[in-house]
Amino acid sequence: MLEADDFVKGLQGIGFDFFTGVPDVILGGIIAHLIEERLYVPAVREDEAVAIAAGAYLGGKIPVVLMQNSGLGNALNVLESLNLIYQIPCLLLVSWRGFEGKDAPEHLVMGETMTTLLDTVKIPHRTLSVETMVEDLQWTAKTFMEQRIPVALLLKKGIVKTVQP
Amino acid sequence: MIGPEEGVMQSRAQAMAAIFELLTDQLLIVCNGFPSREACKLRDRDQNFYMLGSMGAAAGIGLGLALAQPQKTVVVFDGDGNLLMSLGTLATIGALKPKNLIHVVFDNEVYGSTGNQPTYSRVVGLDKMAKAAGYVNVERVWEKEDIVYECKTMLADTGPSFLLIKVNEQLEEADRIALVPSEMTKRLKQNVS
Repeated sequence: MLEADDFVKGLQGIGFDFFTGVPDVILGGIIAHLIEERLYVPAVREDEAVAIAAGAYLGGKIPVVLMQNSGLGNALNVLESLNLIYQIPCLLLVSWRGFEGKDAPEHLVMGETMTTLLDTVKIPHRTLSVETMVEDLQWTAKTFMEQRIPVALLLKKGIVKTVQP
Repeated sequence: MIGPEEGVMQSRAQAMAAIFELLTDQLLIVCNGFPSREACKLRDRDQNFYMLGSMGAAAGIGLGLALAQPQKTVVVFDGDGNLLMSLGTLATIGALKPKNLIHVVFDNEVYGSTGNQPTYSRVVGLDKMAKAAGYVNVERVWEKEDIVYECKTMLADTGPSFLLIKVNEQLEEADRIALVPSEMTKRLKQNVS
């Protein structure tokens, strides 16, 4: 399992310097570290987080938006009618609740359909693994810089250390 | 009998024009619909960014920009319909307290870009909500002299500031934004770097 601070350092190492989002238990360790480092801007909804990230990008930052995959639904209109048409990129660090059907009932539909949904709305995505973290981050940076659109890195349970609620 | 506000209320375009007279190098985010069209027609500036879609996102974009560029003043032109869609952002701004953000809401109490369906701002005081959320300066105005006075004061003061401008429903004839969205991104980015 990856340590949260190592993963954040990895993100910073490829240029990400602005972090906002809405929490999830899978993202808890990362967010705790970001708060400790005073790097985190808490949002109240995922569409707001994407909008804050867009403003930060306009202001010269390279933004990351953290969210549970349920939040993708909330964020969809901003992603489509702002980011994708204005070529405003961000990294969507999305926790994959409902992976393989092993989660609470409210997560099962999104857990099963998330990658299809991302394909449909033309958001490139990749699933982070411990063994391929370096390659995953390189792919993220490359896609972000070349296409200038939101890129999603999906985070399953047990990849990055978290905190217990 | 005409109420005290109705007799002297400005159109949104008149109120916007009064504010444009006061702006120098401030960055400006304008919400979608007719507000963007009117702002673009009245005074297109390299520092202007017009939202086409993403209704509700103007204040969030302005907040992100203000946090990323603390040395610059960021102004948001918002609407009552837009703000009501993202009331949570009042809490985010009120809590984070960016000193360089001025949130202007042109409140015509209708969804003016879709045929004047009423909004709740007729009965819900958006200024009171901003005050409760923690904005440092909050004012509610409708007359031109007051718009100018409060806006000048807010441009000089430490924010976040919230200026609720009660306007009438009149729309300015203004075409759709002709700028290409990705060019708007580049234009603003060049202006802040």
